[in-house]
Amino acid sequence: MAKPANTDPAEWVDRYGDYLFRYAMLRLRDRPTAEDLVQETFLAALKARVSFSGKSSESTWLVGILKHKIADHFRNQAQEAPLGDTDLRDPPGPSPFAVSGHWASGPTDWGGNPADLYREKKFLDQFTECLSRLSPNLANAFTLREIEGADTGEICKVLNVTETNLWVILHRARMQLRRCLETRWFNRKTEREP
Amino acid sequence: MLSCKDVTRLLSESMDHSLPLGKRVGVRLHLLICKFCLRYRRQLLLIRETARRLAATEDIPGETLSAEARERIRKSLANG
Repeated sequence: MAKPANTDPAEWVDRYGDYLFRYAMLRLRDRPTAEDLVQETFLAALKARVSFSGKSSESTWLVGILKHKIADHFRNQAQEAPLGDTDLRDPPGPSPFAVSGHWASGPTDWGGNPADLYREKKFLDQFTECLSRLSPNLANAFTLREIEGADTGEICKVLNVTETNLWVILHRARMQLRRCLETRWFNRKTEREP
Repeated sequence: MLSCKDVTRLLSESMDHSLPLGKRVGVRLHLLICKFCLRYRRQLLLIRETARRLAATEDIPGETLSAEARERIRKSLANG
């Protein structure tokens, strides 16, 4: 079977640049880093071009390279700023729980049909905005688990944490993300539409 | 008896690994009587679903490479 022709690398930026950039932005939440990793991906692809089997599409192949670059970046970040007490302790500010451990102020009713939310670009933007407000360790763990869908063993290796600590980080991440969405999206919405 | 604070932690953990039986039963009983924790669970699932949707949405129109980065990458590819 003939090997499918690859496109000319000179066309790559126009063809795949924005797609790879958005892929990187969603996971890295930082424009300069995302742009750098897209560049590194193309350069690595250029070197590895002869070994491209053509079994997958060219874009799948490029995303595969980018995925590795992102994991490497998370690994380096975890090495430079290892998990600290602040990632594992209760976040600053008033606790949602009373001393008894019961809700002091419980989650509000978000109402509506959640299925409609995914189609709202503004909600998705708010979601990524809230994600970028988490500390890097929390946001990276959440990204690997919920956006990449990686299993916890894999994430522990990338972030160099124990499984027990990973559960704590993910719990913190979800709780803070939930609270951020509640304040910045759901509660505001009810104010807009009384 | 599990407190709401315990239950929120366990609800999150149950999304990452299966809980031992005793804890699983404790959470289930708690959810029967606590509407806040039930709501919390629904919201965590919504958050998970949204993250998955975001990952699956291949081409939501959105941000693009800056002109400067585009140029820089083009040059590096030509020299690479």
